[in-house]
Amino acid sequence: MGIDRRAFLKIAGLSTILGLGGKAAFDILAPGELEASTNAASPGAGKRWAMAIDARLVDDKVISEATSACHRHHNVPDLDSAKEEIKWIWEEDYEHSFPGHQHEFIGDDIKHAKFLLLCNHCSNPPCCRVCPTKATWQRADGIVMMDPHRCVGCRFCMAACPFGARSFNWGDPRRVTRVPELVAKNQGFPYNKDYPTRAKGVVEKCTFCVDLLEKGEQPLCMTAANKVKKGSFTFGDLSDPESPIRSLLRKRYSLRRKFELGTNPNVFYLI
Amino acid sequence: MLDTVLKGKQGYWGWLIFLLAIMGVGLGCYLYQFQEGLRITGMSRDVSWGFYIAQFTYLVGVAASGVMVVLPYYLHDYKAFGRITILGEFLAIAAVTMCILFIFVDLGNPVRIMNVLLYPTPNSILFWDMIVLNGYLLLNLFIGWNVLSAERKGTHYPSWVKVLIYISIPWAFSIHTVTAFLYAGLPGRHYWLSAILAARFLASAFCSGPALLLLLCLIVRKVSKFDPGKEQIRTLGGIIAYAMLLNVFFFILELFTAFYSQIPGHMHSFQFLFSGLEGHGRLAPWMWTAAGFAFVAVLLLVIPATRRKEDTLAIACVSVIIATWIDKGLGLVIGGFTPNPFDRVTDYWPTTPEILITLGVWATGFFILTVLYKMAVSIKEEVGA
Repeated sequence: MGIDRRAFLKIAGLSTILGLGGKAAFDILAPGELEASTNAASPGAGKRWAMAIDARLVDDKVISEATSACHRHHNVPDLDSAKEEIKWIWEEDYEHSFPGHQHEFIGDDIKHAKFLLLCNHCSNPPCCRVCPTKATWQRADGIVMMDPHRCVGCRFCMAACPFGARSFNWGDPRRVTRVPELVAKNQGFPYNKDYPTRAKGVVEKCTFCVDLLEKGEQPLCMTAANKVKKGSFTFGDLSDPESPIRSLLRKRYSLRRKFELGTNPNVFYLI
Repeated sequence: MLDTVLKGKQGYWGWLIFLLAIMGVGLGCYLYQFQEGLRITGMSRDVSWGFYIAQFTYLVGVAASGVMVVLPYYLHDYKAFGRITILGEFLAIAAVTMCILFIFVDLGNPVRIMNVLLYPTPNSILFWDMIVLNGYLLLNLFIGWNVLSAERKGTHYPSWVKVLIYISIPWAFSIHTVTAFLYAGLPGRHYWLSAILAARFLASAFCSGPALLLLLCLIVRKVSKFDPGKEQIRTLGGIIAYAMLLNVFFFILELFTAFYSQIPGHMHSFQFLFSGLEGHGRLAPWMWTAAGFAFVAVLLLVIPATRRKEDTLAIACVSVIIATWIDKGLGLVIGGFTPNPFDRVTDYWPTTPEILITLGVWATGFFILTVLYKMAVSIKEEVGA
């Protein structure tokens, strides 16, 4: 044997001390450095991103443009199955967007209004609370993120989300390039070579286009919708009292889906 | 100890081979699911948990119910149960194993299961469920094995085992409480969002588990020279009666809150389960079957003459198992997801591969149970002879 028990314990003990000293060493030699590098992992601190959608301006064209801009950028496949459907943003009527709100005397304008639903990026998200692997978590700016590379596919977050905002890859989403019936519906998939496609067995959802926000751009659904109807979508920082979204929410009456559950949704519907 | 498992009559081996065959079919279907993903099941975007998670929930109850023989013996010094505590503990081992397997087959990404340990997340109830279930499995393995091997040697089990036994008693309650918390803390799922859910779970566990144990005792008496005992079976009958009454009572409490308050969200799941909603009523015949069996069970259990007679008691036990299984192994999960967050109804029904995988897991559990019971019974026979 090259090393006896005594020598081994000595080395093991010393390396433990050095190991424990790792953070302390940083504090002494390069104060602030370590903290800076940990902060970089929680960008957007102090902000609270939110979206306001003007129900009066949303029409079929807005819906189709916004939905397709989102789904094409994020490589969301059309699986031609209600059971397996994956959607990040989608159309819903008033009655089913706001269950319990409708009544028989409501005006036709609201009754037949179309709403675009997406992840509410709740300030108090139950999905993040229940995830057993931190595969879904909340950034400092409130965006609820989803890491499809860590997700074990337990679908606890889908049970926890009261908004049906989460989709599961029941099968391999990339099969739309192989299965003949699906190929026609998904010409050119993956549409965006710079955005990862997902694997089977993981959950996915809207990310408020966090990749674009970091480049100083705006969420794609909003850009696409505003090209059709200017002002139909407003995106901004709720923590800034001077932001356009704040002044809009001061001026117009807005609804939030299932606010009574206390998740504090950050998508507002202007009526 | 394991030597006893390797010696058996033809019936024993035949039964094991039968179970192995079902396990094989289940495994084959699982490999298919592993390849294709969970799309081969009946689950959907709206009913995102199904048969697997429902079986898991039911079996956590069966596992927890082992405490119904352990507690009277160790805390109340009710000597008669000393004869059958091992049967309760071994039933718990088989049930927890099935629970873990059901969670495993339900995962979209089973190869990543270790992420739960690599990124421990105490705010997730699933994290705690993993801890209590695995802990309960280990406790029962250690306790069962040590107590049984001491019995074989004619000695007293080591004193540290006693500590584990005392820990295992509250632990049994914890596994089903934590499992109820998986459901009872989710906003927007009215059927589950109820403070009484954990209590209801425990009540249904403490009638269905002992009912299964009682039937197993009757089988053991038939196929071996070991008699679990008349008094033991009679006491179990009493436990089942009280627990089943509590279970039914708690369910009626839920009904009262929903239908006297008339809050639509609270009524919808019950309406869907018992009469159908928006034309979807596939579960209604099942739920009424459960109600019928529950009624029969309560009747047979409450009337002293039928409770004390072993054949009517056995019928009561079968009724309890059917009623609680439909309630928890079918209605609870599907009802909780219906209607969906948009107030729409999506049908769910398990597919054939899904049912075969489920049967495979049950067969695995019964395989483990058979082997463990063979061991326990052989040693009881040996000591008794």
